[in-house]
Amino acid sequence: MLILALDTSSSVGAALLDGERLLAAEQHHDPRRHGELLAPAVSAVLAAAGVDRRELGAVAVGVGPAPFTGLRVGVATALVLGEALGIPVHGVGSLDALAATALAAGRQSLAGGFVVAADARRREVHWARIAVDDASDPLSGWRRTGGPAVAAPTDVPAEGLPAVGRGAELYREALPGLPVGAPGGEPGDRADRAALPTDPDPGVLGALVARRLERGGELLPPQPLYLRRPDAKVPAALAGR
Amino acid sequence: MVREPLVLGIESSCDETGVALVRGTELLGHAVASSVDEHVRFGGVVPEIASRAHLEALLPTLRRACEEAGLTLADVDVVAVTAGPGLAGALLVGVAAAKALALALDVPLLGVNHLVAHVAVDVLVSGALPERSLALLVSGGHTELLDVASPSGDARDLRVELLGQTLDDAAGEAFDKVARLLGLPYPGGPHVQRAAESGDPRAFAFPRGLTAAHDLRRHPHDFSFSGLKTAVSREVEAHRRAGGDVTDPAFVADVAASFQEAVADVLARKAVAACRERGVGVLLLGGGVAANSRVRGLLAERCEAAGITLRVPPLRLCTDNGAMVAALGSLAVAAGLGPSPLGLATDPGLPVTTVVV
Ligand SMILES: [Zn+2]
Repeated sequence: MLILALDTSSSVGAALLDGERLLAAEQHHDPRRHGELLAPAVSAVLAAAGVDRRELGAVAVGVGPAPFTGLRVGVATALVLGEALGIPVHGVGSLDALAATALAAGRQSLAGGFVVAADARRREVHWARIAVDDASDPLSGWRRTGGPAVAAPTDVPAEGLPAVGRGAELYREALPGLPVGAPGGEPGDRADRAALPTDPDPGVLGALVARRLERGGELLPPQPLYLRRPDAKVPAALAGR
Repeated sequence: MVREPLVLGIESSCDETGVALVRGTELLGHAVASSVDEHVRFGGVVPEIASRAHLEALLPTLRRACEEAGLTLADVDVVAVTAGPGLAGALLVGVAAAKALALALDVPLLGVNHLVAHVAVDVLVSGALPERSLALLVSGGHTELLDVASPSGDARDLRVELLGQTLDDAAGEAFDKVARLLGLPYPGGPHVQRAAESGDPRAFAFPRGLTAAHDLRRHPHDFSFSGLKTAVSREVEAHRRAGGDVTDPAFVADVAASFQEAVADVLARKAVAACRERGVGVLLLGGGVAANSRVRGLLAERCEAAGITLRVPPLRLCTDNGAMVAALGSLAVAAGLGPSPLGLATDPGLPVTTVVV
């Protein structure tokens, strides 16, 4: 089944997969232009793979947690594509996608478990703690043992595990990553912290959804995981009276 | 005869999620979801709450519009969407939806101007744009006076000029603030109007912003409502200090009526003066404040006296909705404007001179 995968929780990504097999992907690390970049990226991956949109069987979308505005672009796009094409839309946690992305890049070095941390803005991170059962299987060989949740970087219960993701990059003191020269087991394994991914890869996100559709696993309704309540202060113009 | 294209319009610039289907100048389906109730306790639109509500309302509204028209998405030939001006996060939801729809249906996308759409909605009633008109757009989010020229009656040669706008609060915002001062609920418009029914509009001489001779020289067509709000606030305070009950219905009614009269007077005065100065014979009213019967009534009275034709679309087309977006999209398609790129950016401050992005 052809799956179109979207994630706008941090970067802007679109990928086209046949089951777990990646056909085409596009990812932009531009946190301020989700609204402009996503639709052209969808168009581009369809064109690159020579796939007509009517051949799509499902849409997979990262539902966060993430800062609000960009996340909604992905979810709105997925919802409407699903509606107009008459295909199902499956949500998946963006931190799960980040965990699978990280494990795919650093199998042995993360085999002892790790924390994924995304930038939640306002000096906080969205985090989840991951226990690894089988590092050779980035899609199924791990479990979430904490989160998803939002917290100040110093309040994340990392329990000494290395942290991966944009949130870890931003708050290196509070969320240390892999030690330099961490053992890499397999050829091509990237123990170097700088080489580990900072954002969920849309291709991995799509493969994760394909795997969970096939074997079961957590799929979510296509609605944003906000975690935070809206900033509902009385607007400045009305305050002070 | 070739059928005119079916245009689906999406509006999400403020707190209304609107979807509508228009063919030519015929409105076929129309659905609006409003998040107004969720903003009541904050006394105004909270952008993040509005954006969340847009996303939740998106598919239900889309489906209702199609059902009402007895059409499916597959029938849609063009997707038009408000690209600005408006709240950034709110605009993004509608534009993302419109792009996805254009992609999925493989049809052109048109990003259009929200304010011009308020003007264009009149074609659903009258069949064509007037050759020349002024438009007075008054809502909780905007207060503008526009000069609209369209010699051909469609969007081919549509020229829109911003004559004037509010320098501070929007007219609808003034209603909201005064309602709060009087202990009336949000949104203020309907509650102030109801309270005003039994009041004396001459009980208090509230100021008419930017109507003094020296202001008129610099701001002939601009509006200002913050001074009016301050005057109301002072009156309420004085009443309280004098030992009066500020919730006394008679007091509230008189303040509401006098305030409403001041707003209606300023709007009518400025709009009629602009029509006269420019020799324009048609005035178009749009925006949620058009729901206020005193604003409509005084405008009708003064326009008639001045020999100006006042055009007021049905109220459901005056407040923000998808029909106005589809109407402008339809005009734009007929005139060969667009399409907009899939990379279209929203523009919260889109100038009124840009009809199609
Ligand atoms: Zn409006």
